[in-house]
Amino acid sequence: MATYSSNEWKPGLKVILEGDPCSILENEYVKPGKGQAFNRVKLRNLKTGRVWDRTFKSGDSLEGADAVDKELQYLYNDGEFWHFMDPESFEQYQTGNDVVGDAGQWLKEQDSCTITLWNDAPITVTPPNFVEIPIAETDPGLRGDTATGGTKPAKLTTGAMVRVPLFLDVGDVVRVDTRTGDYMNRVRN
Amino acid sequence: MQRPSELWGPSSSLDTLRARAAALARIRAFFASRGILEVDTPQLCPVSATDPLLDSVPAQPFRDGRTWYLQTSPEFPLKRLLAAGSGPIYQLGKCFRRGEAGPRHNPEFTMLEWYRPGLDLGALIAEVAALAGELVPGLPLRSASYRTLFLLHAGIDPFAVGDPQLRERAVAFAPDADSWDRDAILDLLFSTLVEPRLGDGCLEVVTDFPASQAALARTRSDEHGNRVAARFELFMRGLEIANGYDELCDPSELRRRFEADNAERLRRGLDPVPVDERLLAAMSHGLPECSGVALGVDRLLMVALGKQRIDEVIAFGADRA
Repeated sequence: MATYSSNEWKPGLKVILEGDPCSILENEYVKPGKGQAFNRVKLRNLKTGRVWDRTFKSGDSLEGADAVDKELQYLYNDGEFWHFMDPESFEQYQTGNDVVGDAGQWLKEQDSCTITLWNDAPITVTPPNFVEIPIAETDPGLRGDTATGGTKPAKLTTGAMVRVPLFLDVGDVVRVDTRTGDYMNRVRN
Repeated sequence: MQRPSELWGPSSSLDTLRARAAALARIRAFFASRGILEVDTPQLCPVSATDPLLDSVPAQPFRDGRTWYLQTSPEFPLKRLLAAGSGPIYQLGKCFRRGEAGPRHNPEFTMLEWYRPGLDLGALIAEVAALAGELVPGLPLRSASYRTLFLLHAGIDPFAVGDPQLRERAVAFAPDADSWDRDAILDLLFSTLVEPRLGDGCLEVVTDFPASQAALARTRSDEHGNRVAARFELFMRGLEIANGYDELCDPSELRRRFEADNAERLRRGLDPVPVDERLLAAMSHGLPECSGVALGVDRLLMVALGKQRIDEVIAFGADRA
Protein backbone atom coordinates (compact mmCIF):
# COMPACT_ATOMS: atom_id res chain seq x y z
CA MET A 1 0.00 0.00 0.00
CA ALA A 2 1.18 3.51 -0.79
CA THR A 3 2.43 5.92 1.85
CA TYR A 4 1.13 9.47 2.02
CA SER A 5 3.11 12.54 3.05
CA SER A 6 1.57 15.12 5.43
CA ASN A 7 0.64 17.51 2.60
CA GLU A 8 -1.49 14.73 1.04
CA TRP A 9 -3.52 14.11 4.21
CA LYS A 10 -6.87 15.35 2.95
CA PRO A 11 -10.14 14.72 4.79
CA GLY A 12 -11.41 11.25 3.88
CA LEU A 13 -7.98 9.72 3.26
CA LYS A 14 -7.64 6.35 5.01
CA VAL A 15 -4.33 5.69 6.75
CA ILE A 16 -2.91 3.29 9.31
CA LEU A 17 -2.00 4.73 12.70
CA GLU A 18 -0.86 2.64 15.65
CA GLY A 19 -1.92 -0.47 13.74
CA ASP A 20 -5.51 0.64 13.18
CA PRO A 21 -7.16 2.01 10.04
CA CYS A 22 -8.16 5.65 10.44
CA SER A 23 -9.94 8.22 8.34
CA ILE A 24 -8.52 11.75 8.29
CA LEU A 25 -11.09 14.35 9.42
CA GLU A 26 -8.97 17.52 9.60
CA ASN A 27 -5.35 18.41 8.91
CA GLU A 28 -4.11 21.80 10.08
CA TYR A 29 -0.67 23.16 9.23
CA VAL A 30 1.01 24.81 12.22
CA LYS A 31 4.37 26.55 12.04
CA PRO A 32 6.24 29.13 14.06
CA GLY A 33 8.04 31.73 11.91
CA LYS A 34 11.33 30.26 13.10
CA GLY A 35 11.05 26.62 13.97
CA GLN A 36 9.58 23.23 13.28
CA ALA A 37 6.42 22.92 11.16
CA PHE A 38 3.71 20.52 12.31
CA ASN A 39 0.52 19.01 11.04
CA ARG A 40 -2.17 18.85 13.71
CA VAL A 41 -4.49 16.08 12.60
CA LYS A 42 -7.90 14.78 13.66
CA LEU A 43 -8.49 11.16 12.68
CA ARG A 44 -11.36 8.77 13.24
CA ASN A 45 -10.29 5.27 14.19
CA LEU A 46 -12.43 3.19 11.85
CA LYS A 47 -12.49 0.18 14.19
CA THR A 48 -13.56 1.96 17.37
CA GLY A 49 -15.11 5.15 15.97
CA ARG A 50 -13.02 7.19 18.42
CA VAL A 51 -11.57 10.48 17.25
CA TRP A 52 -7.84 10.94 17.81
CA ASP A 53 -5.87 14.20 17.90
CA ARG A 54 -2.29 13.68 16.82
CA THR A 55 0.52 16.04 15.86
CA PHE A 56 3.17 15.11 13.31
CA LYS A 57 6.20 16.89 11.91
CA SER A 58 5.38 18.27 8.49
CA GLY A 59 6.82 15.94 5.88
CA ASP A 60 6.08 12.79 7.91
CA SER A 61 4.36 9.94 6.10
CA LEU A 62 1.65 7.47 7.02
CA GLU A 63 0.89 4.17 5.35
CA GLY A 64 -2.38 4.17 3.44
CA ALA A 65 -5.11 1.82 4.67
CA ASP A 66 -6.97 -0.32 2.16
CA ALA A 67 -10.30 0.62 3.70
CA VAL A 68 -13.49 1.18 1.70
CA ASP A 69 -17.14 1.75 2.51
CA LYS A 70 -19.54 -0.58 0.70
CA GLU A 71 -23.32 -0.77 0.52
CA LEU A 72 -24.08 -4.40 1.35
CA GLN A 73 -27.34 -6.28 1.75
CA TYR A 74 -27.92 -7.94 5.11
CA LEU A 75 -28.84 -11.60 4.53
CA TYR A 76 -29.23 -13.41 7.87
CA ASN A 77 -27.71 -14.15 11.27
CA ASP A 78 -26.84 -17.83 11.88
CA GLY A 79 -26.55 -17.32 15.63
CA GLU A 80 -22.80 -16.80 15.49
CA PHE A 81 -22.13 -14.78 12.37
CA TRP A 82 -23.93 -12.04 10.48
CA HIS A 83 -23.94 -12.55 6.71
CA PHE A 84 -23.94 -9.80 4.09
CA MET A 85 -23.83 -9.72 0.29
CA ASP A 86 -22.62 -7.23 -2.29
CA PRO A 87 -25.75 -6.82 -4.48
CA GLU A 88 -23.61 -6.15 -7.55
CA SER A 89 -20.90 -8.81 -7.37
CA PHE A 90 -22.92 -11.22 -5.16
CA GLU A 91 -19.78 -11.61 -3.07
CA GLN A 92 -20.62 -12.58 0.50
CA TYR A 93 -19.07 -11.36 3.75
CA GLN A 94 -19.53 -12.59 7.30
CA THR A 95 -18.66 -11.02 10.62
CA GLY A 96 -19.32 -11.44 14.35
CA ASN A 97 -21.16 -9.55 17.07
CA ASP A 98 -17.98 -7.71 18.05
CA VAL A 99 -18.00 -5.87 14.71
CA VAL A 100 -21.77 -5.52 14.24
CA GLY A 101 -22.34 -4.25 17.78
CA ASP A 102 -25.40 -2.07 18.36
CA ALA A 103 -26.02 -1.78 14.62
CA GLY A 104 -27.42 -5.32 14.72
CA GLN A 105 -30.68 -4.21 16.35
CA TRP A 106 -31.55 -2.22 13.21
CA LEU A 107 -30.68 -4.87 10.61
CA LYS A 108 -33.70 -6.35 8.84
CA GLU A 109 -33.12 -9.09 6.34
CA GLN A 110 -32.80 -7.79 2.73
CA ASP A 111 -32.14 -4.22 3.95
CA SER A 112 -28.89 -2.59 2.92
CA CYS A 113 -26.31 -1.06 5.25
CA THR A 114 -22.87 0.51 4.98
CA ILE A 115 -19.96 -1.72 5.86
CA THR A 116 -16.36 -0.56 6.13
CA LEU A 117 -14.03 -3.22 4.78
CA TRP A 118 -10.36 -3.16 5.78
CA ASN A 119 -8.20 -5.56 3.77
CA ASP A 120 -11.53 -6.99 2.57
CA ALA A 121 -12.79 -7.82 6.09
CA PRO A 122 -15.70 -5.92 7.72
CA ILE A 123 -14.60 -3.67 10.58
CA THR A 124 -17.73 -1.56 11.11
CA VAL A 125 -21.40 -1.87 10.23
CA THR A 126 -23.56 1.27 9.93
CA PRO A 127 -27.32 0.91 9.46
CA PRO A 128 -29.20 3.33 7.18
CA ASN A 129 -30.25 6.56 8.96
CA PHE A 130 -33.90 5.48 8.69
CA VAL A 131 -35.25 1.93 8.84
CA GLU A 132 -38.78 0.52 8.59
CA ILE A 133 -39.34 -2.46 10.89
CA PRO A 134 -42.51 -4.24 12.17
CA ILE A 135 -43.38 -4.23 15.88
CA ALA A 136 -42.93 -7.69 17.40
CA GLU A 137 -44.15 -7.06 20.95
CA THR A 138 -46.03 -4.20 22.65
CA ASP A 139 -49.05 -3.59 24.87
CA PRO A 140 -52.37 -3.73 22.98
CA GLY A 141 -53.06 -0.56 21.04
CA LEU A 142 -55.56 2.02 22.29
CA ARG A 143 -57.52 2.46 19.06
CA GLY A 144 -58.40 6.00 18.31
CA ASP A 145 -55.92 7.42 20.79
CA THR A 146 -53.90 9.42 18.27
CA ALA A 147 -54.10 12.71 20.12
CA THR A 148 -52.88 12.37 23.70
CA GLY A 149 -49.22 12.05 22.69
CA GLY A 150 -48.50 9.26 25.18
CA THR A 151 -45.95 6.55 24.34
CA LYS A 152 -45.21 2.95 25.32
CA PRO A 153 -42.25 0.63 24.79
CA ALA A 154 -42.26 -1.63 21.74
CA LYS A 155 -39.88 -4.38 20.71
CA LEU A 156 -39.21 -4.53 16.97
CA THR A 157 -38.68 -7.76 15.03
CA THR A 158 -34.96 -6.95 14.86
CA GLY A 159 -34.72 -6.73 18.66
CA ALA A 160 -34.56 -2.95 19.05
CA MET A 161 -36.62 -1.31 21.81
CA VAL A 162 -38.38 1.89 20.69
CA ARG A 163 -40.96 4.15 22.33
CA VAL A 164 -44.03 4.34 20.07
CA PRO A 165 -47.44 6.07 20.26
CA LEU A 166 -50.17 4.28 22.23
CA PHE A 167 -52.37 3.50 19.18
CA LEU A 168 -49.81 1.18 17.52
CA ASP A 169 -50.10 -2.61 17.61
CA VAL A 170 -48.04 -5.70 16.95
CA GLY A 171 -47.48 -6.01 13.20
CA ASP A 172 -47.53 -2.25 12.52
CA VAL A 173 -44.45 -1.12 10.64
CA VAL A 174 -42.65 1.88 12.13
CA ARG A 175 -40.03 4.21 10.71
CA VAL A 176 -37.17 4.88 13.15
CA ASP A 177 -34.14 7.18 13.08
CA THR A 178 -31.25 4.81 13.89
CA ARG A 179 -28.94 7.65 14.98
CA THR A 180 -31.22 8.62 17.87
CA GLY A 181 -33.43 5.52 18.22
CA ASP A 182 -36.50 7.78 17.89
CA TYR A 183 -39.81 6.71 16.36
CA MET A 184 -40.66 8.88 13.34
CA ASN A 185 -43.99 7.65 11.96
CA ARG A 186 -46.11 4.62 11.12
CA VAL A 187 -45.67 3.18 7.66
CA ARG A 188 -48.84 1.98 5.87
CA ASN A 189 -48.57 -1.79 5.49
CA MET B 1 -25.95 41.25 -9.33
CA GLN B 2 -25.04 37.60 -8.90
CA ARG B 3 -22.44 36.75 -6.28
CA PRO B 4 -18.96 36.00 -7.69
CA SER B 5 -18.57 32.26 -7.99
CA GLU B 6 -16.19 30.04 -6.04
CA LEU B 7 -14.59 29.22 -9.36
CA TRP B 8 -13.33 32.70 -10.23
CA GLY B 9 -14.33 35.04 -7.39
CA PRO B 10 -11.95 36.40 -4.71
CA SER B 11 -11.39 34.57 -1.40
CA SER B 12 -11.88 37.87 0.49
CA SER B 13 -14.82 40.25 0.39
CA LEU B 14 -14.47 43.53 -1.49
CA ASP B 15 -15.03 45.40 1.79
CA THR B 16 -12.03 43.57 3.24
CA LEU B 17 -9.92 44.55 0.24
CA ARG B 18 -10.87 48.22 0.80
CA ALA B 19 -9.90 47.91 4.49
CA ARG B 20 -6.67 46.22 3.45
CA ALA B 21 -5.77 49.05 1.07
CA ALA B 22 -6.49 51.60 3.82
CA ALA B 23 -4.29 49.63 6.26
CA LEU B 24 -1.37 49.53 3.81
CA ALA B 25 -1.71 53.31 3.34
CA ARG B 26 -1.65 53.81 7.15
CA ILE B 27 1.45 51.63 7.47
CA ARG B 28 3.27 53.71 4.83
CA ALA B 29 2.16 56.94 6.54
CA PHE B 30 3.45 55.61 9.89
CA PHE B 31 6.92 55.03 8.46
CA ALA B 32 6.95 58.29 6.50
CA SER B 33 6.15 60.19 9.71
CA ARG B 34 9.14 58.55 11.43
CA GLY B 35 11.55 59.25 8.59
CA ILE B 36 12.01 55.59 7.68
CA LEU B 37 12.72 55.04 3.98
CA GLU B 38 10.67 52.60 1.92
CA VAL B 39 12.84 50.35 -0.24
CA ASP B 40 11.99 47.63 -2.70
CA THR B 41 14.65 44.90 -2.89
CA PRO B 42 14.62 41.79 -5.12
CA GLN B 43 12.22 38.97 -4.33
CA LEU B 44 14.13 36.68 -6.67
CA CYS B 45 17.80 36.09 -5.77
CA PRO B 46 20.52 33.50 -6.46
CA VAL B 47 20.83 32.97 -2.66
CA SER B 48 18.30 32.46 0.09
CA ALA B 49 17.76 31.67 3.76
CA THR B 50 19.80 28.65 4.89
CA ASP B 51 17.53 27.83 7.87
CA PRO B 52 16.72 24.08 7.52
CA LEU B 53 13.16 24.81 8.65
CA LEU B 54 12.54 27.38 5.91
CA ASP B 55 11.98 26.17 2.37
CA SER B 56 12.44 28.66 -0.48
CA VAL B 57 10.51 28.37 -3.74
CA PRO B 58 13.06 27.69 -6.50
CA ALA B 59 12.83 29.40 -9.87
CA GLN B 60 14.88 29.63 -13.09
CA PRO B 61 14.75 33.29 -14.25
CA PHE B 62 17.60 32.76 -16.74
CA ARG B 63 18.00 30.11 -19.41
CA ASP B 64 21.28 28.86 -17.96
CA GLY B 65 20.04 26.08 -15.70
CA ARG B 66 20.90 27.95 -12.50
CA THR B 67 18.39 27.87 -9.64
CA TRP B 68 17.37 31.13 -8.01
CA TYR B 69 14.96 31.50 -5.11
CA LEU B 70 11.90 33.52 -4.26
CA GLN B 71 12.87 35.12 -0.95
CA THR B 72 11.44 33.96 2.39
CA SER B 73 12.16 37.46 3.75
CA PRO B 74 13.96 40.59 2.41
CA GLU B 75 16.46 40.40 5.30
CA PHE B 76 19.69 39.89 3.31
CA PRO B 77 19.33 42.72 0.76
CA LEU B 78 17.98 45.07 3.48
CA LYS B 79 21.09 44.43 5.59
CA ARG B 80 23.28 45.14 2.55
CA LEU B 81 21.52 48.52 2.22
CA LEU B 82 22.15 49.19 5.93
CA ALA B 83 25.85 48.42 5.43
CA ALA B 84 25.81 50.83 2.47
CA GLY B 85 24.66 53.56 4.85
CA SER B 86 20.93 53.72 4.06
CA GLY B 87 19.85 54.55 7.61
CA PRO B 88 16.46 53.25 8.81
CA ILE B 89 14.57 51.36 6.07
CA TYR B 90 11.50 49.24 5.56
CA GLN B 91 10.09 46.97 2.89
CA LEU B 92 6.41 46.14 2.47
CA GLY B 93 6.05 43.37 -0.06
CA LYS B 94 5.54 39.73 -0.92
CA CYS B 95 7.55 36.86 0.50
CA PHE B 96 7.31 33.18 -0.33
CA ARG B 97 7.64 30.05 1.77
CA ARG B 98 7.33 26.69 0.11
CA GLY B 99 4.85 24.25 1.60
CA GLU B 100 3.38 26.73 4.09
CA ALA B 101 -0.36 26.54 3.53
CA GLY B 102 -3.22 26.43 5.98
CA PRO B 103 -5.71 28.64 7.82
CA ARG B 104 -2.84 30.87 9.06
CA HIS B 105 -0.38 30.41 6.21
CA ASN B 106 -0.34 31.20 2.53
CA PRO B 107 2.79 30.26 0.55
CA GLU B 108 2.82 33.82 -0.84
CA PHE B 109 2.22 36.45 1.84
CA THR B 110 2.81 40.12 2.62
CA MET B 111 5.68 40.90 4.94
CA LEU B 112 6.57 44.22 6.54
CA GLU B 113 10.21 44.20 7.55
CA TRP B 114 12.15 47.13 8.98
CA TYR B 115 15.55 47.94 10.45
CA ARG B 116 16.51 50.64 12.93
CA PRO B 117 20.22 51.47 13.27
CA GLY B 118 21.07 52.50 16.82
CA LEU B 119 17.70 51.45 18.29
CA ASP B 120 17.72 48.79 21.01
CA LEU B 121 15.27 45.91 21.20
CA GLY B 122 13.07 47.57 23.86
CA ALA B 123 12.63 50.69 21.72
CA LEU B 124 11.86 48.54 18.68
CA ILE B 125 9.20 46.62 20.64
CA ALA B 126 7.59 49.97 21.51
CA GLU B 127 7.62 50.91 17.82
CA VAL B 128 6.06 47.56 16.79
CA ALA B 129 3.35 48.11 19.41
CA ALA B 130 2.72 51.63 18.07
CA LEU B 131 2.35 50.30 14.54
CA ALA B 132 0.03 47.45 15.62
CA GLY B 133 -1.96 50.07 17.55
CA GLU B 134 -2.53 51.99 14.30
CA LEU B 135 -4.55 49.04 12.97
CA VAL B 136 -5.84 47.49 16.22
CA PRO B 137 -6.15 50.39 18.67
CA GLY B 138 -6.58 50.27 22.42
CA LEU B 139 -4.76 47.07 23.34
CA PRO B 140 -2.30 47.11 26.26
CA LEU B 141 1.27 45.86 25.72
CA ARG B 142 2.46 42.95 27.86
CA SER B 143 5.91 41.43 27.79
CA ALA B 144 7.37 38.27 29.35
CA SER B 145 10.24 35.89 28.70
CA TYR B 146 9.85 32.58 26.85
CA ARG B 147 10.83 30.83 30.09
CA THR B 148 8.21 32.67 32.17
CA LEU B 149 5.43 31.89 29.69
CA PHE B 150 6.48 28.25 29.39
CA LEU B 151 6.37 27.93 33.17
CA LEU B 152 2.99 29.71 33.37
CA HIS B 153 1.14 27.80 30.63
CA ALA B 154 2.96 24.45 30.48
CA GLY B 155 4.51 24.16 33.97
CA ILE B 156 7.94 23.51 32.45
CA ASP B 157 11.23 25.39 32.69
CA PRO B 158 12.38 25.00 29.07
CA PHE B 159 16.03 25.48 30.02
CA ALA B 160 16.18 23.23 33.08
CA VAL B 161 13.84 20.38 32.12
CA GLY B 162 15.52 17.06 31.28
CA ASP B 163 15.04 15.42 27.89
CA PRO B 164 13.11 12.39 29.27
CA GLN B 165 10.54 14.61 31.03
CA LEU B 166 10.21 16.81 27.98
CA ARG B 167 9.61 13.79 25.73
CA GLU B 168 7.04 12.40 28.14
CA ARG B 169 5.02 15.63 27.87
CA ALA B 170 5.35 15.70 24.09
CA VAL B 171 4.25 12.13 23.27
CA ALA B 172 0.80 12.95 24.66
CA PHE B 173 0.37 15.19 21.59
CA ALA B 174 2.72 13.63 19.07
CA PRO B 175 3.28 9.85 19.24
CA ASP B 176 6.65 10.08 17.42
CA ALA B 177 8.04 12.88 19.59
CA ASP B 178 10.42 10.60 21.50
CA SER B 179 12.66 10.57 18.42
CA TRP B 180 12.67 14.37 17.93
CA ASP B 181 15.39 16.82 18.85
CA ARG B 182 14.95 19.15 21.80
CA ASP B 183 14.07 22.27 19.81
CA ALA B 184 11.36 20.44 17.83
CA ILE B 185 9.79 19.27 21.10
CA LEU B 186 9.98 22.78 22.57
CA ASP B 187 8.31 24.09 19.38
CA LEU B 188 5.57 21.46 19.72
CA LEU B 189 4.85 22.28 23.37
CA PHE B 190 5.08 26.03 22.80
CA SER B 191 2.73 25.95 19.80
CA THR B 192 0.30 23.57 21.52
CA LEU B 193 0.23 24.81 25.12
CA VAL B 194 1.52 28.38 25.10
CA GLU B 195 0.81 30.15 21.80
CA PRO B 196 -2.99 29.70 21.80
CA ARG B 197 -3.10 31.55 25.16
CA LEU B 198 -0.99 34.54 24.06
CA GLY B 199 -2.31 37.94 23.07
CA ASP B 200 -5.82 37.52 24.45
CA GLY B 201 -7.02 41.14 24.51
CA CYS B 202 -3.48 42.49 24.49
CA LEU B 203 -0.30 42.86 22.47
CA GLU B 204 1.80 40.10 24.02
CA VAL B 205 5.54 40.12 23.48
CA VAL B 206 7.69 37.05 24.15
CA THR B 207 11.40 37.72 24.76
CA ASP B 208 14.57 35.73 25.44
CA PHE B 209 14.07 32.65 23.28
CA PRO B 210 16.58 29.81 23.78
CA ALA B 211 19.92 30.54 22.07
CA SER B 212 19.39 27.45 19.89
CA GLN B 213 16.47 29.36 18.30
CA ALA B 214 18.44 32.57 17.72
CA ALA B 215 18.37 32.50 13.89
CA LEU B 216 20.23 35.78 13.08
CA ALA B 217 19.87 37.43 16.50
CA ARG B 218 22.67 38.03 18.98
CA THR B 219 22.84 35.72 21.99
CA ARG B 220 23.51 36.56 25.63
CA SER B 221 23.11 35.12 29.14
CA ASP B 222 19.94 35.89 31.10
CA GLU B 223 19.73 36.47 34.87
CA HIS B 224 19.44 32.70 35.46
CA GLY B 225 22.60 32.02 33.45
CA ASN B 226 20.69 30.56 30.50
CA ARG B 227 21.93 31.31 26.98
CA VAL B 228 19.15 33.24 25.29
CA ALA B 229 18.63 34.98 21.96
CA ALA B 230 18.13 38.75 21.87
CA ARG B 231 14.93 38.14 19.96
CA PHE B 232 11.23 38.85 20.52
CA GLU B 233 7.93 37.81 19.02
CA LEU B 234 4.59 39.61 19.11
CA PHE B 235 1.39 37.59 19.53
CA MET B 236 -2.20 38.76 19.15
CA ARG B 237 -5.25 36.53 19.53
CA GLY B 238 -2.99 33.44 19.62
CA LEU B 239 -1.43 34.42 16.30
CA GLU B 240 2.27 35.02 15.80
CA ILE B 241 2.44 38.50 14.26
CA ALA B 242 6.06 39.68 14.32
CA ASN B 243 9.57 38.44 15.03
CA GLY B 244 12.39 40.86 15.90
CA TYR B 245 16.11 40.66 16.57
CA ASP B 246 18.94 42.57 18.02
CA GLU B 247 20.82 41.89 14.81
CA LEU B 248 23.95 39.82 14.64
CA CYS B 249 26.68 42.01 13.08
CA ASP B 250 29.66 39.63 13.29
CA PRO B 251 30.43 38.17 9.81
CA SER B 252 32.46 35.20 11.11
CA GLU B 253 29.62 34.19 13.46
CA LEU B 254 27.14 34.62 10.59
CA ARG B 255 29.27 32.38 8.34
CA ARG B 256 29.46 29.79 11.13
CA ARG B 257 25.62 29.80 11.44
CA PHE B 258 25.15 29.53 7.65
CA GLU B 259 27.54 26.57 7.51
CA ALA B 260 25.90 24.89 10.52
CA ASP B 261 22.51 25.34 8.78
CA ASN B 262 23.78 23.73 5.58
CA ALA B 263 25.36 20.85 7.51
CA GLU B 264 21.98 20.29 9.20
CA ARG B 265 20.26 20.47 5.78
CA LEU B 266 22.52 17.69 4.47
CA ARG B 267 21.86 15.63 7.60
CA ARG B 268 18.11 15.95 6.92
CA GLY B 269 18.49 15.04 3.26
CA LEU B 270 17.74 18.59 2.08
CA ASP B 271 19.67 20.46 -0.62
CA PRO B 272 22.11 23.02 0.80
CA VAL B 273 21.35 26.66 -0.05
CA PRO B 274 24.11 28.87 -1.54
CA VAL B 275 25.53 31.13 1.16
CA ASP B 276 25.03 34.87 0.55
CA GLU B 277 28.65 35.98 0.08
CA ARG B 278 27.45 39.52 -0.71
CA LEU B 279 25.79 39.77 2.72
CA LEU B 280 28.95 38.43 4.40
CA ALA B 281 31.08 40.96 2.49
CA ALA B 282 28.69 43.77 3.45
CA MET B 283 28.90 42.70 7.09
CA SER B 284 32.71 42.62 6.89
CA HIS B 285 32.54 46.18 5.58
CA GLY B 286 30.36 46.99 8.59
CA LEU B 287 26.71 46.52 9.46
CA PRO B 288 25.67 49.27 11.91
CA GLU B 289 24.42 48.11 15.30
CA CYS B 290 20.70 47.77 14.71
CA SER B 291 17.50 46.03 15.57
CA GLY B 292 15.09 44.69 12.99
CA VAL B 293 11.68 43.05 12.82
CA ALA B 294 9.52 41.19 10.31
CA LEU B 295 5.74 41.46 10.64
CA GLY B 296 3.11 39.37 8.87
CA VAL B 297 0.74 41.98 7.46
CA ASP B 298 -1.94 39.44 6.51
CA ARG B 299 -1.99 38.09 10.09
CA LEU B 300 -2.27 41.60 11.55
CA LEU B 301 -5.18 42.26 9.17
CA MET B 302 -6.84 39.01 10.32
CA VAL B 303 -6.81 40.37 13.88
CA ALA B 304 -7.80 43.92 12.85
CA LEU B 305 -10.76 42.70 10.78
CA GLY B 306 -11.77 39.74 12.98
CA LYS B 307 -11.06 37.09 10.33
CA GLN B 308 -10.24 33.46 11.10
CA ARG B 309 -8.52 32.42 7.86
CA ILE B 310 -5.67 34.15 6.07
CA ASP B 311 -7.33 33.79 2.66
CA GLU B 312 -10.16 36.00 3.97
CA VAL B 313 -7.75 38.99 3.91
CA ILE B 314 -6.02 38.12 0.61
CA ALA B 315 -7.70 38.81 -2.73
CA PHE B 316 -6.99 35.31 -3.97
CA GLY B 317 -5.64 32.74 -1.48
CA ALA B 318 -3.55 29.86 -2.79
CA ASP B 319 -6.70 27.80 -3.48
CA ARG B 320 -7.93 30.48 -5.91
CA ALA B 321 -4.64 31.87 -7.24
